Amino acid sequence: MDSVTGLVSRILRWSVVDGPGNRMVLFLQGCNLACAACHNPHTIGLCNDCGLCVPACAPGALTLRDGRVNFDSALCTQCDACLDVCPVSASPMAQRLSVPQVLAMLRRDLPFLDGITVSGGEATMQLKFVTALFAAVKAAPDLARLTCLIDSNGHLGPRGWAQVLSVTDGVMLDIKSMEPLRHHRLTGQGNARVLVSARLLASRGRLHELRLLVIPGQTDLPDEVAAFARLARELQVPVRLNAFRHHGVRGAARDWPEAVLATVSTLAADLERKGVGPVALPAV
Amino acid sequence: MTQAAFSRIVTDPRLSPAQKAHALAVAAENSLPYPDLDPGTRAALDARIICDMFEGHAPYKPRYVLPDYAVLMRQGSAWLELPPPQTLDEALHSLMIAYHHVPSVTGMPVYIGQLDDLLLPFCDGVSDADLRAKLRLFWRYLDRVLPDAFMHANIGPTDNRVARAILAVDAELKQIAPNLTFRHDPAVSGDDILRLCTANIIACSKPHIANHPLHREAFDEMGYGIVSCYNALPLRGGAATLVRLNLAEVALRSVDEADFLTRALPHHVELAARLIEARVVALRASGFYRSFLVDEGWIDPDRFAAMFGIFAMAEAVNHLQDKAGRRGRYGHDNGANALGLAITERLAALVAARPLAHVWRGRALLHAQAGLSTDTGLTPGIRIPYGTEPDPVTHVQALAAQHAHFPSGVSEILTLDETVRANPEAVFRLAKGALDMGLREFTANVGGNDLVRVTGYMIRLSDIARHREGAADRTNTTALGAEAAAMTAILDRRPRVVAAELMAGADG
Repeated sequence: MDSVTGLVSRILRWSVVDGPGNRMVLFLQGCNLACAACHNPHTIGLCNDCGLCVPACAPGALTLRDGRVNFDSALCTQCDACLDVCPVSASPMAQRLSVPQVLAMLRRDLPFLDGITVSGGEATMQLKFVTALFAAVKAAPDLARLTCLIDSNGHLGPRGWAQVLSVTDGVMLDIKSMEPLRHHRLTGQGNARVLVSARLLASRGRLHELRLLVIPGQTDLPDEVAAFARLARELQVPVRLNAFRHHGVRGAARDWPEAVLATVSTLAADLERKGVGPVALPAV
Repeated sequence: MTQAAFSRIVTDPRLSPAQKAHALAVAAENSLPYPDLDPGTRAALDARIICDMFEGHAPYKPRYVLPDYAVLMRQGSAWLELPPPQTLDEALHSLMIAYHHVPSVTGMPVYIGQLDDLLLPFCDGVSDADLRAKLRLFWRYLDRVLPDAFMHANIGPTDNRVARAILAVDAELKQIAPNLTFRHDPAVSGDDILRLCTANIIACSKPHIANHPLHREAFDEMGYGIVSCYNALPLRGGAATLVRLNLAEVALRSVDEADFLTRALPHHVELAARLIEARVVALRASGFYRSFLVDEGWIDPDRFAAMFGIFAMAEAVNHLQDKAGRRGRYGHDNGANALGLAITERLAALVAARPLAHVWRGRALLHAQAGLSTDTGLTPGIRIPYGTEPDPVTHVQALAAQHAHFPSGVSEILTLDETVRANPEAVFRLAKGALDMGLREFTANVGGNDLVRVTGYMIRLSDIARHREGAADRTNTTALGAEAAAMTAILDRRPRVVAAELMAGADG
């Protein structure tokens, strides 16, 4: 177990929007979708040591040694210039962490925590690490009260879920679109696997929350909303609406209109009229 | 003070007649000579390395007075011609009368009692609805007649009807006054009332949650009260005076860290102690303690503490770090945080080693002072500079170890993004974790509230905006808050929920 490591893009010690209570959140590096609307695109790719970020790093936190990019966090000023120049949507600041290292962080913050959430990127791409980490949390008497949640795009197959669910308290699943072609256009993949995951997780009592990213003119169209409402009613799970914003977004999606609170509130009311609930809203 | 200055007070369109009377009294007091000081202490005071909080040249009342109102409840008052109260109405009415006879530096009471202990004996047979209705009127009276956000009520540590009713009324009315502290004891309070407190913080940024076991340890059987901003002081006594030391100025006058700790700090602690002595002697000579408050046992002259305040720890540490060529900043770097703790430990030892006559326990009580509205560029107490605070979990862990050394009060204001409104359990967990780690006070502001805490007291942002436009204000503290907002960075405290994670469901 000690040899399993995760590639972690970022760690939050205080998050109130990734599940109940305060949670430590590990954003794992790497994703198997390529969403145009991604708010954290620097978590999608994996570093290939091309070194383009090194000259972009003004404080000298990044260096190229033996063909590898090295990162010195003590020198980093969090300017994120390296992320802007990366041609593969990766982050040279991602760090390798072992399970015992994460457990030590959880113990340091234990009085403040209700649980841990792995997000991304797509957390389930590092399933071995997530499974080992959650199993270790459940096995440690002092940590066992912490709930273990996964934030996922649902691309993982049933055999993958079978591996991790026995040590997972719940999954927050993103629905990018209910319509296969639109899903493909938004993410580069169809949505069949996502819907299989949603039903599987619900049947195992592990679907903590179903989430819909509201992109005006795309995912808030009547056919989308009606199909999403059908799914949420069928699965009987809490729903959260997230608002598309330009923060962090790259490329053509920056020209898409942002979702304002009024749009999201109207949509939430519509869903509740259709028998879905409760529907949580973003603060926007 | 010239006649022109008096005249400016008289004609200030933003002051009420009562506020003018208070300002004129302060001006008159300050036209008298200052208590005698040796030249070194005088020079340090003039340079504001040490500071008397502008309490006035001729002390004639203690800075903070904490009457034991239980005496009034038990025996009434011969001086005030009040019989012992028999009903809840009579108890509230006696308190309302009593408050007018309790002086403090602000001219208004800074402590209005351990209200649940005082009122519970009168609540048998009073319905919850009646209790709330009476408290609502009491709360309205306090805010309108004694409009000063330094006026502080205490409740807890038990979970009881009066504490619950007060929390309900306080969240409903959202007034700046009174300030409110719930004294939390994990062995007694229970999670239910702590959850009510954290829900109230989300509604109105009140109450403070005090770490009752830590405070109880620091005082004696008679107990303590939390008054004004977050000052912990002996009940049936108070604080004779508060003198504070500007650690940034001491650091500027030091060669390096060693010089700071072994020469400059002891030297200035001694000067501050001399200033305390001079002010304590002057207060005693004023005749304050010849009063019905002493005769009837509301206060005891031997229970008045001297508060030894410090502030600008952040600037002092960062200055010493610069001198040593170290990059780590206070609040963010383990080395810088360790230096802060070393300074606090040294201060505690120095203050404990300096005898003082005529003060409670013969020594000053160390206090992390929250600042004056004119402290431009300096951070209150041991806090992390505004706008640079890390997430609240990191924040608490960076400073918790220092809290053990400030018996007369220390506080951090944790500023939380409004997303916590949808997740009150996170605020509950944060409060529990912070108290568990040894924070003496848990205090938080939640984004989006009109009612916010500045250095330790409450203001309404809408009042500040009106004050800036030149409108008069019925409260004493709004003007202070407006001045603090203009001259310091108090409203720049950084909310700490990462906005990008609002969309966590959108990535991947």
